[in-house]
Amino acid sequence: MTLKASELNVGDTYQEEVCNNLSRTQIVMYAGTSGDYNPLHTDDLFTTEIAGYPSVFAHGMLSMGMTGRMITNYVGDGRLTYYGVRFTAQVFPGATLTATAKVAEIREENGEQIVDLEISTIDQEGTEVIKGKASARLDP
Amino acid sequence: MAVGKFPIEAGHIMMFARSIGDANEIYYDADYAKSTEPGAIIAPPTFVQSSAQFDPDYALRPKIGEEWFGSGKGPTGITKKKEGGGGGGNGGGLHAEQHYVYHRPLKAGDVLTAEAKAGKSWEKEGRRGGNLKFSESVIEYRNQDGELVVTATGVGVRTERPATTGDDK
Repeated sequence: MTLKASELNVGDTYQEEVCNNLSRTQIVMYAGTSGDYNPLHTDDLFTTEIAGYPSVFAHGMLSMGMTGRMITNYVGDGRLTYYGVRFTAQVFPGATLTATAKVAEIREENGEQIVDLEISTIDQEGTEVIKGKASARLDP
Repeated sequence: MAVGKFPIEAGHIMMFARSIGDANEIYYDADYAKSTEPGAIIAPPTFVQSSAQFDPDYALRPKIGEEWFGSGKGPTGITKKKEGGGGGGNGGGLHAEQHYVYHRPLKAGDVLTAEAKAGKSWEKEGRRGGNLKFSESVIEYRNQDGELVVTATGVGVRTERPATTGDDK
């Protein structure tokens, strides 16, 4: 799927649930592939007794990665020109996350149509865990 | 961080896609990928983060023959040298922001190099974690032809105390 500038309007939104009841095992999988083995994400004993957090929590990059899946499903493969986020709250095991892209602007750059998106991911309580922006190339 | 050789491998992309729950066939099936616009297995947008696997000095990976700060028999594997200084060692740093600028598609078979450039650093009084020290790093990923593929800007923060959501409202 690719987006067409002619069919897109400012204010359009696209949304996906990107994880449901986030498992500790999913976090372990992400540690294994990304290579970020910080025990804060997979080692409850260290995280509660040494670091002082209530439990392990997901890598910010896991939330960004899952949110990125929503964006590429929306704009198409290989279309992103920019994707950036702030991690605004921690994501703990059991989280259910919903990611939303909202069309902020459709513009032309070097003869190509570009869409600017506002990105927001919230947890099951409505707390925003990711706030960001993305840009992607559009078909005319 | 500097990585001399970051091979973009199809198997690594498959496992990475699984770990972010992404079932898009372009990350799994080379035949399907041929039929898509990029024409090959590509890497998901946040994949270059896994260059850590190829960074010999990456601090958040246990090293063979060295103590690891995560738990073993006790809550940390680091042998205490002196009293005090609670904290979480390397665990005290958190990821505050991440930005990627994509210059060209990243395809299975590419071999990247990564070069870090120092970024800005600043401080701020936080509501939850006390004094916050931010530092930025800019990493340029280039392919085997020397072409810029991705520019990654990360912002890390070190907190005075653990900062959890809604702790001290």
